[in-house]
Amino acid sequence: MSELVLQADRVTMRFGGLRALSEFTLSMRAGELVGLIGPNGAGKTTAFNALTGVYVPTEGEVRVAGARVNGMRPHQICIRGIARTFQNIRLFKELTALDNVRIACHAGAETGFFDALFLTGHHKREEQRILERAEAYLDVMNLLHRADELAKNLPYGEQRRLEIARALATGPKVLCLDEPAAGMNASEKTELMALIRDIRQKFGLAILLIEHDMRVAMGVSERMIVLDHGVTIAEGKPEEIRRNPKVIEAYLGDAYLEEQHIAVPVSGPESAS
Amino acid sequence: MAAARTVLRSFLPFLVGIPVLLAVQWFLDRSEMGTEKLILINVAINVVLAVSLNVVNGFTGQFSLGHAGFMAVGAYTAAKITLVWAGEPVAGLSPDLSEQLVFTLALVAGMGTAALAGFLVGMPSLRLRGDYLAIVTLGFGMIIVSIIENVEPLGRAIGLSGIPRLTTVVWAGVAVIATISMARRLAISTQGRALFAIREDEVAAEAMGVDTTGYKVRAFVISAAFAGLAGGLMVHLLQLATPRSFTFIRSFEVVVMVVLGGLGSITGSVLAAAFLTVVIELLREFDKFRMVIYAVMLIALMLLRPQGLFGTRELWDLPLFRRLPWRRLGVTPGVEGASPTEVRDDEQGGTR
Repeated sequence: MSELVLQADRVTMRFGGLRALSEFTLSMRAGELVGLIGPNGAGKTTAFNALTGVYVPTEGEVRVAGARVNGMRPHQICIRGIARTFQNIRLFKELTALDNVRIACHAGAETGFFDALFLTGHHKREEQRILERAEAYLDVMNLLHRADELAKNLPYGEQRRLEIARALATGPKVLCLDEPAAGMNASEKTELMALIRDIRQKFGLAILLIEHDMRVAMGVSERMIVLDHGVTIAEGKPEEIRRNPKVIEAYLGDAYLEEQHIAVPVSGPESAS
Repeated sequence: MAAARTVLRSFLPFLVGIPVLLAVQWFLDRSEMGTEKLILINVAINVVLAVSLNVVNGFTGQFSLGHAGFMAVGAYTAAKITLVWAGEPVAGLSPDLSEQLVFTLALVAGMGTAALAGFLVGMPSLRLRGDYLAIVTLGFGMIIVSIIENVEPLGRAIGLSGIPRLTTVVWAGVAVIATISMARRLAISTQGRALFAIREDEVAAEAMGVDTTGYKVRAFVISAAFAGLAGGLMVHLLQLATPRSFTFIRSFEVVVMVVLGGLGSITGSVLAAAFLTVVIELLREFDKFRMVIYAVMLIALMLLRPQGLFGTRELWDLPLFRRLPWRRLGVTPGVEGASPTEVRDDEQGGTR
């Protein structure tokens, strides 16, 4: 068994009287793909924010590769190995695709303001290394031909991919994707699923995926966690989740008919549309 | 060997610039163009101020209104040092040379104290955003003025007089070269890109591993140091340091230059600073209407080009320069305009 890269132990988030997340427990090994699902307002993004340091958990503990990260600032947690994308894309819009990725490469750079202002040889080598690294990540995401374009001018699907490229460039152990399929059409979703599998294989990452789209979530996850009102109501393989009555009640509920839809395999007829 | 090359590379702009500056100075002295010389030095001081403020307001996107305060700290530090030591020649050196040495020291010390002030103000206040930061920096500028007005060794409201006139075209030019080199090198470095990231989206920058507070403080410190340099040069030109020169009106003047040139554009800051300084001089003959014309002009410019003269673009973004092999070193200028993507954006209801 590979090492535990992410452990969340009974993480609880309270905002005043509201318990947005209670006793969220999760452990992930390198190369694992876990899906986090739940209805609107179930606490999925809260869980993400608690893991990545946007919020400090009220209770519980988060460990990255064995080291406790509670209370650390997001940039420190990022350097320790959690990278994320955002539900509503947050690229550096007025900068080019290349610069977006180069900024993410900055975290590991061993050069300071002094080096930059006096143009030391060391600084030049670091810049060159960052450039090569950034171009490599753009290439992986099939965006190299867009390197010099402003992020805001890219089409939606490419913006999503650029955000993933940017997250990967920080060199994470765990990649957290917050609804990567939101706003995509069916064929883009199919492409995205292939891409997620591909990334996991290439980089040996643990991937934590929040997804609204059941087809995508069930299609790529090996293990799923279902949240409702901040409480974990089910955990298991996609097939088990699909049959779990609690999940059906809380999440699928009135949209029960949708289940037929979910059951359609990935390469089913609808993806051809 | 490698070290020697680094030193050469980092001081190359000065090696090229100083002979040119000496020639300009020699020419101006010979043709006795006193007023032109004065205007030129004033332009230089304003360029230093505008470009350094641009590092905070333009690159990092933090709205600071306290530039005059840092200027004052640098100015009074430098003035105090030259007032005490410029008269006494350093052992073994000619009076002229020792005076220059003391002046160099005074300017560097002024940069140092201004940088320290930048650090002290930046540490607690840079957690604030937008308007709140603007108010804190505005307050800082006012506090500095009232400290000066109430401390005897700083001459209170009357100020310090009898400061030796040491600022020359060469000194002012060297300061400009230093400031522009600083800003340009920052803009094309990975540190500079981290600052741009903070401007674009602070939450995302933090999530991508940029220590946003730390970088904001650093930008603030560097910017303050160069404001201190400008202050030191100014008082050694006027031969007088009074708190009136450093009120928030001075800060606003610099902010106007930066905004007019385009937040984030070094070229814009330089041109706007030069333009506004010269325009104020040229309008002198219209006397009463001077400020009215000036204000109307600014309003018109802002209405016609709200992003400033240059936006975030630079001289070296021009097609001519973009062909050069080292363009990839820095922030790569985006390809504006037509891309097949725009259409799709709209189809999907837009993404911005």
